[in-house]
Amino acid sequence: MYNFLTGPGLCLSIGICLIGLLVRGVWYVKGLNWQLDRVAYTAHPKAGIKGAVRSIVFWILPFGTRSWRAQPFMALLFYTFHIGVICIPLFLEAHQMILQEKLGLSFALLNQNLADILSWGVIISAVFLLLRRIALPEVRILTTKHDYVVLFLSVAPFITGLICRYELGNDSFWLLAHIISGEMLLIAVPFTKLSHILLFFMSRAQLGMDFGIKRGGMKGKGLTW
Amino acid sequence: MPEGTLCNKNPIQTQEALKTLLSDTRGKKYYEEMKSIEVDSRLLWDTINKTFHSRMRTWLEICAHCGLCADSCFFYRIHNRDPKQVPAYKIQSSLGEIIRRKGNVDNKFMWMAMETAWAKCTCCNRCGLYCPHGIDMGVMFSYLRGLLYQQGFVPWELKIGAGMHRLYHAQMDVTDEDFVETFKWMAEEYQEDYPGLSIPIDNVGADIMYTVNAREVKHYPEALAEAAILFHLAGENWTIPSSGWEQTSLAMFAGDWEACKMQVEHVYAAMERLRPKRMVGTECGHAHRATVVEGPYWAGRKDGKPPVESLHYVEWVAEALRTGKLKIDPSKRIKERITLQDSCNYVRNHGLKEITREIIGYIVEPGYFVDMAPNRDHNYCCGGGGGLNGIGIFREQRNKALITKRDQIIKTGATLVLAPCHNCWDAIRDIEKEYRIGIRWSFLKSLLIDMVEIPEHLKLNE
Repeated sequence: MYNFLTGPGLCLSIGICLIGLLVRGVWYVKGLNWQLDRVAYTAHPKAGIKGAVRSIVFWILPFGTRSWRAQPFMALLFYTFHIGVICIPLFLEAHQMILQEKLGLSFALLNQNLADILSWGVIISAVFLLLRRIALPEVRILTTKHDYVVLFLSVAPFITGLICRYELGNDSFWLLAHIISGEMLLIAVPFTKLSHILLFFMSRAQLGMDFGIKRGGMKGKGLTW
Repeated sequence: MPEGTLCNKNPIQTQEALKTLLSDTRGKKYYEEMKSIEVDSRLLWDTINKTFHSRMRTWLEICAHCGLCADSCFFYRIHNRDPKQVPAYKIQSSLGEIIRRKGNVDNKFMWMAMETAWAKCTCCNRCGLYCPHGIDMGVMFSYLRGLLYQQGFVPWELKIGAGMHRLYHAQMDVTDEDFVETFKWMAEEYQEDYPGLSIPIDNVGADIMYTVNAREVKHYPEALAEAAILFHLAGENWTIPSSGWEQTSLAMFAGDWEACKMQVEHVYAAMERLRPKRMVGTECGHAHRATVVEGPYWAGRKDGKPPVESLHYVEWVAEALRTGKLKIDPSKRIKERITLQDSCNYVRNHGLKEITREIIGYIVEPGYFVDMAPNRDHNYCCGGGGGLNGIGIFREQRNKALITKRDQIIKTGATLVLAPCHNCWDAIRDIEKEYRIGIRWSFLKSLLIDMVEIPEHLKLNE
């Protein structure tokens, strides 16, 4: 079981995730239409690229936009959550060993203390994101089951991972649970809102091009995000 | 498929249809008929399949339901943070629901969608600046308006407005003759004060082709005179087109995309015919948006640009002051606390945020200008944008929508509000009418007329 999950299972789930995302990306770009979207995407490449880059960079920078600054607590939860969910799967030492062994890939390693902090950061921020969904009327009214499922899918590998890390309960059970939850997450990416892993960049670039090309980007200093 | 005689899926195409609709006071019969028109679900779904592609599809799908857009919306803020006014909720419960139901929605639903699209959103696009995913709900509401218009669910005044564009190439029943005659009449009225003042009509190859808002012709002809005087004093080589002079587009507010295309192509034809170096449009936000920002796309222009470089009036004024074509008499600079309304349509949506402040630097005595907060790209809509100013059945919602701007103005302590935009100007006038906060409001032209120096060679010989 373990061998299957860390062998073909891992390759399959990574493959579904990457190919699925690739399809989503291609489908997104193919669906853009300069006349329907009313953005001359290719006519002004310089302004378009500048707009797209600004739109992505300001939103990735912590507190880089007025929106983030207006909601500092949410911004803190957002960044804590996202830094953890990006860094842990890629750079945790245990993950690196598997990647090295199966795929021959290797990145920089996370030190264990930092990995613990990031993992706990994900769990704690997820709890607050959940509470925020329930407590704030303006978020509650928008929330659907999909949102809870996606949050659960995202956090499950961290909960099971920490159980393994602290060696609570039955080791082999929790390790399998961890791998399964991680692979479920990977498989879910292209088919759920988790596709924002890629589509965030696409959507931000698109709006950035809209403002950069059509809505004033060529008139002055550009939009203040 | 039950259709009303006044409220139906057909655009206004004849004078008779227009007159009949106009004679229905406040759209009483029109709205009565609207209660029983049927939704053509197949047409709705076909249209969606042809026009609803990856950008908006992705927006609706990846919306993280985080609620960060809530506070960006002035409707949400003035309705005591009613969650039903959260932009994401408004679009998901209207357009999103139409998509989820594959167009199978009923009359009652379309009424709700109509109120949401016109009375709960002014398409100011502010929410687009606050969404981490870059979801611009104003763009989607504009799209929804198009779907609603096609099904006959459009406010009475906007159905009329779109019809006017189709029949007159203007937002109201002003003919080309009315336009030219009014402009000439205004010049004659002011020729005594400004010797040599004339209205160049259809001059080919002029530096500037000037376009206006039809209501200046019909209701505010002094605005035409002021424009002529300022071009005259600046020594500009300008002209007006005898046809293709209307810059506005109520069709854009209505979601009548076919009429939008017809209207803007009419203006572009005037540009092609007269081949001016540039076009300058009057002090109107949505007119600029329609003709300069969105219009090229309706007209199928792949570079997204009008046939000639096109400026908003504030751009021309700033340039004229910067280059010394217009000079302000220093003793006549404004010495009253003044604030500035940033029009969403040419500030957030066309980047002209610093131009107006440059003008302020010339015309206001230092220390008297106070900016609203927030301002520039992050300004709030006046409350009457997107056509809301002119919709009778949503008057109550519009009056409430003015509160944000009212409070912003009050906080500045200003007694004069500069509003170089027709819609904003109306909304700010109505703020005073509804709430009596003790302000005056003005376009730029009428302020400039009293402040500019008259060059020696254009002075009256006493």
